[in-house]
Amino acid sequence: MSRSVRLWLFAPALVVLAGFLVWSFALLPAFGNYRGPYGDVLNSVAPPERHVTDVVSAVNFDYRAIDTLGEEFILFASVIGVMLLLREHPDEVKEEIEDEQAERKVPFPSDAVRVMSLLLIPPTVLFGVYIVTHGHLTPGGGFQGGAIIVSALALVYLAAGFKMFKRLIPHQLVDLGEGLGAGGFVIIGLAGIAAGATFLENVLPTGETGDVLSGGTIWLISVTTGLEVAAGLYLVIHTFLEKLLEHVKEGDGRGLRKTMDDRRWTMRDGDAGKTMGDGRWRMDPEPAKDGRPVSQGPRYEIEDRGLR
Amino acid sequence: MEILQAMMLVFIAAAGLAVVRTHEPSSQVVVFSFYGLLLAIMFVLFQAPAVAFSQIVVGAVVLPFMLLLALARVRRRARPK
Repeated sequence: MSRSVRLWLFAPALVVLAGFLVWSFALLPAFGNYRGPYGDVLNSVAPPERHVTDVVSAVNFDYRAIDTLGEEFILFASVIGVMLLLREHPDEVKEEIEDEQAERKVPFPSDAVRVMSLLLIPPTVLFGVYIVTHGHLTPGGGFQGGAIIVSALALVYLAAGFKMFKRLIPHQLVDLGEGLGAGGFVIIGLAGIAAGATFLENVLPTGETGDVLSGGTIWLISVTTGLEVAAGLYLVIHTFLEKLLEHVKEGDGRGLRKTMDDRRWTMRDGDAGKTMGDGRWRMDPEPAKDGRPVSQGPRYEIEDRGLR
Repeated sequence: MEILQAMMLVFIAAAGLAVVRTHEPSSQVVVFSFYGLLLAIMFVLFQAPAVAFSQIVVGAVVLPFMLLLALARVRRRARPK
């Protein structure tokens, strides 16, 4: 299709689209003019009925909790999808983490970045926990707070690298938290049925308006959502980082170097033709004479016999 | 307040254009993160603080972070031996 034909097609489409846009904008309610009844009804009903001051949380975790349950399982399913897609493949080996390698080309983060990240970690975690536990009183809630906690974990990586990131957070515990967060929501819903009400009905005592422990199931669901979101986003970031920094396809020369470093293989006279590793690698038939370790000498070629 | 809101919308339109006009992917992620930050400020100006929280963490931090990681992974695979 030539340029002029495309222009001729584009021009009428543009006119029609612009016409519809102007028409629909002209029919919009005036700026800041809210017409629907639901917001006003909820604003007047929710505080006395549920003893909360953040009506958004009351909608998310009580009046329309079933929608939030669906959303939480969307996140749950995407986390599982990411972990499944980026899992360790059988033809990959765990390699030394690139950040820690001596010949790393990218410079480490500067001291200023590391110190700032370190300083920001505690307040960020605290703020995230505050947002999760005060979702029914102030703006925010489980989702926002959980995501804020995870951004503190990104700071851990920035300040201390991936090894510390992995060491600091027990992976099994996060897996458990992910399951508990998703399952806890459903259990709270079922508790409504057990108490003789409907699924996800707010059956707990709602307490005193303004207290941290008030709002009944709104508070509990906010906390389980926080757990689920924090654990889920952590698992996504962890999986991405692991895939990026640790898993290397064998045969691109990088996995091999790790194998050799592990075994402290030194090539000497007479080693030619020998196999190493699990028998898949063979020394080049022409060894060097000085017997330097293979990993230090770029001229020692190792042949992939492709025996897989 | 309405003047602030109008200014913010103009900034966001400009930033959105900047995201599209940036062609190098890793710079685009940085511009995109800035665009996410502007969106978060807009939500505050339009009195939606809960949405602003989500936007600032997901749109300005987590999503760009994941995009950068994915870009780095793709590039490493493409790197010659």
